[in-house]
Formats: sequence, structure tokens, C-alpha cells
Amino acid sequence: MVDVTMKVNGKTVTKSVKGNMLMTEFLREELRLTGTHVGCDTSQCGACVIHVNGNAVKACTMFAGECAGAEVTTIEGMANKDGSLNVIQQAFQDHHGLQCGFCTPGMVMSASALLKENPKPSEAEIRHYLEGNICRCTGYHNIVKAILAASGQDVSAIAAE
Amino acid sequence: MYSFDFVRPATLDEAVAALAGEEAQALGGGQTLIPTLKQRLASPATLVSLGGIAALKGVSSSGGTLTVGGGTTHGTVAAEAASVYPALAKLAGNIGDPAVRNRGTIGGSLANNDPSACYPSAVLASNATVVTNTREIAADDYFQGLFTTALEPGEIITAVKFPVPQKAAYIKFEQPASRFALVGVFVAKGADGVRVAVTGASEGGVFRWSEAEAALSSNFSAGALDGLSASADGLINDLHGSAAYRAHLIGVLTKRAVAAAG
Repeated sequence: MVDVTMKVNGKTVTKSVKGNMLMTEFLREELRLTGTHVGCDTSQCGACVIHVNGNAVKACTMFAGECAGAEVTTIEGMANKDGSLNVIQQAFQDHHGLQCGFCTPGMVMSASALLKENPKPSEAEIRHYLEGNICRCTGYHNIVKAILAASGQDVSAIAAE
Repeated sequence: MYSFDFVRPATLDEAVAALAGEEAQALGGGQTLIPTLKQRLASPATLVSLGGIAALKGVSSSGGTLTVGGGTTHGTVAAEAASVYPALAKLAGNIGDPAVRNRGTIGGSLANNDPSACYPSAVLASNATVVTNTREIAADDYFQGLFTTALEPGEIITAVKFPVPQKAAYIKFEQPASRFALVGVFVAKGADGVRVAVTGASEGGVFRWSEAEAALSSNFSAGALDGLSASADGLINDLHGSAAYRAHLIGVLTKRAVAAAG
């Protein structure tokens, strides 16, 4: 067993967990934060993207023990303080950036990391950045639109789909 | 995954001590090792994370040498090496995807020595030095075949020292599903001539294409490679590409790399 203390969405948590526990399992089973999804469990689909010390990572390919002392943010920590959707989440709703919603937590976490790094990304930059996030419903079109809108850019140039 | 003990030492000495234990295995960023553990292809008794050792992280440069700590992520190299060694930064910035680049490390990639990984080509073409907790290993001695290196059990890569070349470029032909190199060619023109390192292509892992090096050392232009073709002997032949196709790509990508290096 390994004792880990980390801050998750601003709250300090301490748990004693098995050495091979992944962050996905830690969040979902230990903390009951089930917004972080497990899609492929092979680091390809991106449904499990979270932020660790501000960097987007795939929680299925990181041990809980690696997050000792870290600041972790999950999709549950993304809403505004009053519980309303943040600008990226709202843009996903406004632009129909989801259908089944399974990939959405990872998409929002990756989009948030992108906008922190590059506040006004082009359509091509958005598509390139999302190469590690897979969506089987939308064809990505409305996701790209939502991220453009969240960054305050005009989306009318993107054809309606 | 099989069960194992997980330790995360804060210093190199503690990590070396932990790795001396029975069936202990070092963990870099885990972007290859964790999937391997999930498939039960490895079963260490103790996993020794190097992620808590601050001394292994960071990029610095002085006197024409770029030093990258063994625990530095691809994302950090992409951002922090860009002004000093842009070809290396670009290579790092095209490994995997952004989330993978925030975990995967240069030391982990080199210790694993996947035959399709990007970094080995940069290390070999740059004539870099792999620094470990016990010694310094020249790139030409370090890579010893498929997933095989000069590292002894328990030895940890602490840094990689790159002599910054006058001109360099890396061109990768991506295997579209994995984004590993189907073939990747790194060309570097340094004070002692031109080195051409090829990854992704050979069953023996990264290698130098000496005929191209000789041609480019006397005339550093894509035209100098006209008429040269890489041998298909010993190249990987799989569903993604035949050995002959990979041999063809080596020639094409080397020309493109020379053109990109200017």
C-alpha cells in the first residue's frame, strides 16, 4: 500500500491505496468522482484527461502514487463557483459539441489546457491539439466550433454540420 | 496488472538503492511501461518512480551543449529547447499527443529504445552523450538493438548532453494510428561532419545510414543523395509497410530532412 495526499479540485485528500492503482480508479472508486471516464484504458481516447499541476494528462496512464503532493483538477472542478457551467462547458452546450457525452469530460479538459497555452487557437490548431481525444459521435465539427466560441472567436466561418 | 510495491524516492541515491532490490523496475513517465504492465508483459516486485526527483528535470544550455535532464517531459523539451535546438524541440513536440507529452520523458524513451521511437534518432544523429548515475555513454555505444541498450540493471539516465549542430532536422512519416515513426530520419550537420540516424525502419532499432553521411559530408544538399538508396536488408516488414517501402522512405525522408535543415 502507498499513502498519498493530493489536492483534488481544491480539496486535500489522503488515502492509502494499492501501488498499482491508476488515477482513473483513484478518482472514480476512491473519491467517487465519476466524471473522469475510462474509454479505452490504453491512453488513446482521452476520455480520462485531467490536469495535474496544470498539465493535461491521461489519468488511465498514471499511478495515483505519482500524484502525491500534486494539485489535480477533474471535470467536476471545472464549473464556476456558483455551480453554473464555465465558458468552455457552456460553449459545448451552445454549439452542440456533444451527442452521447462520453468523451466530453476529456474534451473539456483538453480544450481548457489548449486555451491556457494558446488563448486564440486557429481551427487547425484546435484539431491538432485534440489528436489525443476521440469522439465517435460528432465528427469533431461542433467540438471545434465550441472551442473557437469559448475563445471568443467567430464561428460563422465553420460550415454548419 | 499484477500487484507491486510503488515507491517514489525524492533523491537519485534513494532511487539507486531502491532499484538494487529484487525485481525492481524504474518508472519514467510510464507512457510505455504502464500499458506494458496492463498487458501483464512485465511483473516487477517494486516499481521505483523517478517522477519525484527534481534533479532529473529541466533543460539548460551552455557553450554549444544542450543538457536535458533524464526526467524531463517531451512537452518541456518542446517548449524549452526551441530557441537553442529547434529540431530537437520540434521532434519532442510531435511525439504522441499533448497529454502523453506531459508525462513521457526522454530518459524513459531512451531506456526503452523502442525501434520506432523518435528520440533515439536525435541522440544518435547529434552524437549526444547519455549520462547515467555511474558514467557517460557515447550515443554510438548506447544503442545496441531492439529494446536493448548499454544500460546495466539499476542504472538511471540522469541527463542527455546534445552538442548543438549547425544545421539539423527530423522528418517523421507517421504510422497514423500510433503516431510512432513508420520511418523517421534525423539529419545533423556538426563540426565533425554529417550524421544521419534512421528510426522506425530497422529490426535492430535506430541506425546510422553511412552512405548518406559520406555523401552529405562533402555536399550538404538533397541533390547529393541522388542515386543513393538504402538497403532493405534487416528492415521491418509488417502490415504497415514492407521492408522495400521502408527503404524507399528512408531515401525520401533523408532528402526532406536535408532540405528542411537548410
